[in-house]
Amino acid sequence: MRIFDPHIHMTSRTTDDYARMAAAGITAVVEPAFWLGQPRTNPGSFTDYFDSLLGWEPYRAAQFGVTHHATIALNPKEAGDPRCRPVLDLLPRYLDKDRVVAVGEIGYDSMTPEEDDAFERQLAMAVEHELPALVHTPHRDKARGTRRTLEVVAAAGIDPGRVAVDHLNEVTVGIVHDSGCWMGFSIYPETKMSPPRMVEILRRHGLDRVLVNSAADWGISDPLLTLETGRAMLEAGFGEDDVDRVLWRNPVEFYSQSGRLDLTGTAAASAEPTFAGSSIKRGGS
Amino acid sequence: MTGPETLRAALRDTPHAEWVEDALAAAAERPGTFRRSFAAAGRRAGRAPLPGVPGWTADEATRALLLLAADQGAAEVCEVYWQGDADEKRAVLKALPMLPVGTAAVPLLHDALRTNDTRLVAAALGPYARHLDQAAWRQAVLKCVFMDVRLAAVDRLGERADAELAAMLAAFAEERAAAGRAVPDDATALLHSLSSQES
Repeated sequence: MRIFDPHIHMTSRTTDDYARMAAAGITAVVEPAFWLGQPRTNPGSFTDYFDSLLGWEPYRAAQFGVTHHATIALNPKEAGDPRCRPVLDLLPRYLDKDRVVAVGEIGYDSMTPEEDDAFERQLAMAVEHELPALVHTPHRDKARGTRRTLEVVAAAGIDPGRVAVDHLNEVTVGIVHDSGCWMGFSIYPETKMSPPRMVEILRRHGLDRVLVNSAADWGISDPLLTLETGRAMLEAGFGEDDVDRVLWRNPVEFYSQSGRLDLTGTAAASAEPTFAGSSIKRGGS
Repeated sequence: MTGPETLRAALRDTPHAEWVEDALAAAAERPGTFRRSFAAAGRRAGRAPLPGVPGWTADEATRALLLLAADQGAAEVCEVYWQGDADEKRAVLKALPMLPVGTAAVPLLHDALRTNDTRLVAAALGPYARHLDQAAWRQAVLKCVFMDVRLAAVDRLGERADAELAAMLAAFAEERAAAGRAVPDDATALLHSLSSQES
């Protein structure tokens, strides 16, 4: 099974995770810029973070045979903090860079006017820089937040096929399916979405435009739940090609729209899926 | 030392020559616009090794020529580095010997040598490293050995290596031996050569 995790925060994970992921066939990841748990108090804190996502983290991933790309944005939670707003003016220079495959995570946390403004401006940047957009949906008031998200996307003039709306569940999947946007699902140990529920959603809504991610970060989360979802699909009667489509070809298709997805170093990108590409080049001195 | 004419000539023989030439012309006419070309050079000019110019890739060469074409001074070159991703930083480091920056870019070497990215560490030890003081240069060489960066990356290694570096390498080799771990062959060879010069 070859697996591309389209949303995982490796900055918050250890080298043990990289080793386990590579051994499990997870050889490509996209790391969206997000909230670090601790509030940031100035724009320089973000530039160091973005530089790390485009410099150090892909280098670290490569040591384990994992190909790493990023999405860059001012996240919804900090978009409302006046100390962080100037980050919006710094984004254009990042959105030109090589390993940036989307603008994200953008969207809503508390659905404030400040979040509206940051969301709209960053969707416009996605159009300007010819990048897809990765849109977070709020944890609280999710159904209303998702509807409002889709209205803002429709008004922004971005092709819905270049937008992924993430962290969906049984309640919100239908309207996103109908919008033409991609549907993201974050498989968590306890909250958001579980492998059996994910399988049921795939049965009901099909495999088109579906992205399955672990969204693993600094909280209770597990980078191998994409693999668990693949196994649950097989147990439920889906074929290996179905699993490959959901866990590899779909994320490749979505992020390839950036023109910047480079999987040449990935063993799994060749025709034959493999478990053997997970060589760890160096143990470290 | 590789010069801009060599790089430009080699780029003309690549499949992306037209984009490179257009970007260089635009950078010369409107220097303010070169940053987007600089960021895009990897995907537009390619990342393949440059035929006939060992040690250079097409994107590195393109970025070096863009800095020259846009006539960037020391402050601007440093800013491009500070705002660059790892590939952009590496290209700036490799371009330094060709750029009219004097010694103003030495802090970039210190930054690169502080990282744990072997590509940046290696790129910091090209010809521009002649501006590094001897203590910093020795530490950099030892860091290469420590990180398994081949010492062939170090410019003028034979000329600059001194007794103090030999002492540091000997101590490193002793630690590795005590731990039952190997010492890279090129470090062993350098140590032998320095020791034989002394005796």
